[in-house]
Amino acid sequence: MSDGTCLQVENLHAYYDESHILHGVNFSVQQGECLSLLGRNGAGRTTTLRAILGLTSRRTGSIKINGAETIGWPAHRIAQLGVGYCPEERGIYASLSCEENLLMPPQVGAEGMSVTELYELFPNLKERRHSPGMRLSGGEQQMLALARILRTGARLLLLDEISEGLAPVIVQRLAEVIRLLKERRYTIVLVEQNFKFAAPLADRFVVMEHGQICMDINQQELPEKMNRLNQLLGI
Amino acid sequence: MISVLGMPLPALLSQLVLGLVNGSFYALLSLGLAVIFGMLNIINFAHGALYMMGAFSAWMLLTWFGVDYFGALLLGPLLVGALGLIIERTMLRRLYRIDHLYGLLLTFGLALIFEGLFRDQFGVSGETYEVPQALTGAVNLGFMVLPKYRVWVVVVSLTVCFLTWFVIEKTRLGSYLRAATENPKLTQAFGVNVPRMVMLTYGFGAALAGLAGVMAAPIFQVSPLMGSNLIIVVFAVVVIGGMGSISGAIFTGLGLGVIEGMAKVFYPEGSATVVFVIMAIVLILRPAGLFGRESS
Repeated sequence: MSDGTCLQVENLHAYYDESHILHGVNFSVQQGECLSLLGRNGAGRTTTLRAILGLTSRRTGSIKINGAETIGWPAHRIAQLGVGYCPEERGIYASLSCEENLLMPPQVGAEGMSVTELYELFPNLKERRHSPGMRLSGGEQQMLALARILRTGARLLLLDEISEGLAPVIVQRLAEVIRLLKERRYTIVLVEQNFKFAAPLADRFVVMEHGQICMDINQQELPEKMNRLNQLLGI
Repeated sequence: MISVLGMPLPALLSQLVLGLVNGSFYALLSLGLAVIFGMLNIINFAHGALYMMGAFSAWMLLTWFGVDYFGALLLGPLLVGALGLIIERTMLRRLYRIDHLYGLLLTFGLALIFEGLFRDQFGVSGETYEVPQALTGAVNLGFMVLPKYRVWVVVVSLTVCFLTWFVIEKTRLGSYLRAATENPKLTQAFGVNVPRMVMLTYGFGAALAGLAGVMAAPIFQVSPLMGSNLIIVVFAVVVIGGMGSISGAIFTGLGLGVIEGMAKVFYPEGSATVVFVIMAIVLILRPAGLFGRESS
């Protein structure tokens, strides 16, 4: 795959009903790049992902996905460009079984992983395949939320706080999967509160504050910018 | 003559069949209501009017265009379903952002308008619609005489109910539907065209009402008021079964039809109220309905 811009966000403003959350967000993600979107709670990271997907009540500016301007599109058309979304609350359907959850999202790209491969990657899900979604543990739900978008062939993954509230062994497993996805040249936007999780995985770090981008650095610049980063994140 | 609890068996059995027939209509109508409620969160008060228009579509197709019963069985639901699509597209869709009560008010108003239009055109006395030739007559089973058309109604509606349940619970399309019922925004973010699915769901629920109407035409008087007479019982059925529960709507519909039939044998004075008595008891013991999930 040739390098190019996979996602380009320019002057993005987003609103929930009357409240203005994003105030002109600018950043871009290259094909195959793993970008970590950092910031404190309420800085607008989740809203940025939701705005990219067209899930906010209003948004203006420009969002180009593989060159296509999507700012006026409904959510389902955006997803069909090959965008996979893992929401912060994981969004496992309680009334569907584990396997139904896995099979539910429609195909949005050609090179999705097979169910067999996903069960190899996440053996727990195979054991729990017939359990209802609401009976799964937090870790199982998170693995399922990730697995089900890998099956669809999505190549741009928007992952919201996937390490949050999980046992260290599961967080480690998720980090291994992210590394594998990077090897396979998936484009990933990783919203993380947990800087330790994101630090070794991301190629680039974008920090948000008050609905805007306040810092944009790459992996090499990390050591020298560490102090400023710590200040911004309040670590 | 054999008798059960002092009632002659043939009388009991024929009321049982009649109860099953009524139950079939309850099941078809409450199934449509349940599907619509699940997806749109709207209590569709226009359902009785859609059922009435299904019956009239059969009458009009025959009287004006010479289309027979079996043609109407296909065309009637399509016409009523198409009307449903138009209602959703042009009116209901504008109400999703505001309180669900407005959907109830809108559909209630639509029901009054539709009934008024048909009353203006046809009066209240109603039209008659003959049982189709192929389904007239009865089968003598020895212990009872079974009118063919009643058997037909029960078989067709049970088949349609089963197919609907199967599609929703066991197929890929059904998993989209259940997913969209639970979390419409996320489902749309996965690439499912949820607004279109909502429109088709309303159209499908309307078509089920239309189908019930066509099947009711040869049994009941085709009258502008036939829907409002029936719909109150159907709402009770939906409440007893549990709002939005597919299997609940089907089983409760059939079951209450039978209970109502039995009440006609053993205590005729109570046959009109038995459903509501059951509803009151169920609401006290299980507020979410027999098959409903307790919501938080």
